[in-house]
Order: sequence, then structure tokens, then C-alpha cells
Amino acid sequence: MRLLYFAWVREKIGISEEVRARPVAVTNVGELLDWLEAQGPGYAAALAQRRLVRVAVDGEAVDCRHTISDDDEIAIFPPVTGGAS
Amino acid sequence: MIRIQHEDFDASRETAALIGGRTDVGALVTFSGLVRDVAIELEHYPAMAQRLLEQLEADACRRWPLKACLIVHRIGRLEPGARIVLVATAASHRRDAFDAAQFLMDDLKTRAPFWKREFHAAGPRWVDAAEKDVDAARRWR
Repeated sequence: MRLLYFAWVREKIGISEEVRARPVAVTNVGELLDWLEAQGPGYAAALAQRRLVRVAVDGEAVDCRHTISDDDEIAIFPPVTGGAS
Repeated sequence: MIRIQHEDFDASRETAALIGGRTDVGALVTFSGLVRDVAIELEHYPAMAQRLLEQLEADACRRWPLKACLIVHRIGRLEPGARIVLVATAASHRRDAFDAAQFLMDDLKTRAPFWKREFHAAGPRWVDAAEKDVDAARRWR
């Protein structure tokens, strides 16, 4: 699976994207976030406040129960802040 | 039409191109969002941003009888006073054009994958999403 990180999630993890083999036990977005959080201090810092973490799979916003597969592009980012006041 | 770009835009030129030659447009609403107070940098998720803005435009065209619609969103570093975003809606009647433009801005703010970082004297800071923006978007549901 290809993982993309944006904004402060990217800064805390320290890279903008990576390819990871999906562990067998990781079947949905919630499990992916739990697993990633244990991958190092940067990951832990980025994902600690789960309330502020959003996920999109292949460009579609999804929730924690969304099932993931090996060839998914999974983007992890903070709540969006585009547009204008 | 959707465009995501580094370059500045000229609202009057954009709207002239949008409705040029048409005689069935009675109302044209344009909204320009500007950088307020401090410089910003806008990051985005290109593939998703393009697709999401296209979805929003399609949603607006389903809900209101629009003759034409345009969203231009800038990315990169922008100084105070710079234009960030342009939404233009054209319809036969003003209510449809006003409502569609507001819907597009409200939904764009809460759904389109753009992130703003502000450059304060104390250092750069990512902008937090505001509850009031979520409330503003919710009223169109």
C-alpha cells in the first residue's frame, strides 16, 4: 500500500509518502492507524490525537471501518483548511 | 470548470470567459477569497482536490439550475492581500447564483484537501479547522 501524508501529519512523520507491505492483521483504516502509531516517535506524534486525523483511500474520504487492500493509495492528513474566511 | 494553480487570477477576465457570448444569464455571482493579515502557504493533495472540486461543481449543478460555474483555487505561498480562491456561478436568477456560490465555498472549506500554514512573527503555524465552518457546510445538507 502507498501511504501519503499531508500538512502537519507529514511534518511529524518526516516524509511525504512511502510504500509499506500491509501486515496481515491490518484490514481496515482503524487498524492501519493503530499499527502506524507504533512505527516510531514521529508516527506516534502524528497520530496521537486521532480526533484530528482524516483518511482518504484512493482519493475518497473514508472512516475507520473502511476495509483496505494491498494496492490502495491511503492518504492521512489533518482536517482540511482551504478556501477563505 | 475547475482549476488549481500557483498563478494569480483576474476575476473579471475569468467571468468574461465563463459567460462570454451567452444571453441567457441574468445573474452572475463571484466570490474572491483573499489572504488576511499574514502570509500563508497552501498545500494540497492534487488528485483528490481536483476530483473533489469537480464533485462539488456537479453537486451544485444538480441542486441549482446553473448556466455556468467556475472554481479557481491557488496553492503555494501567498502574501497578505493576495487572492486565494475564486468561485463564480451564473444562473437565470440571482437567488440560484447566490445560493450555489455560498454552497460551493462552504463545502469546499470542509471537504477539499487543502491545508493552510500561516507565517507569524513567532514562526509558521498550521491553521486549525473551525467548528463554524463545519456548521456553515452542514446547513446545505
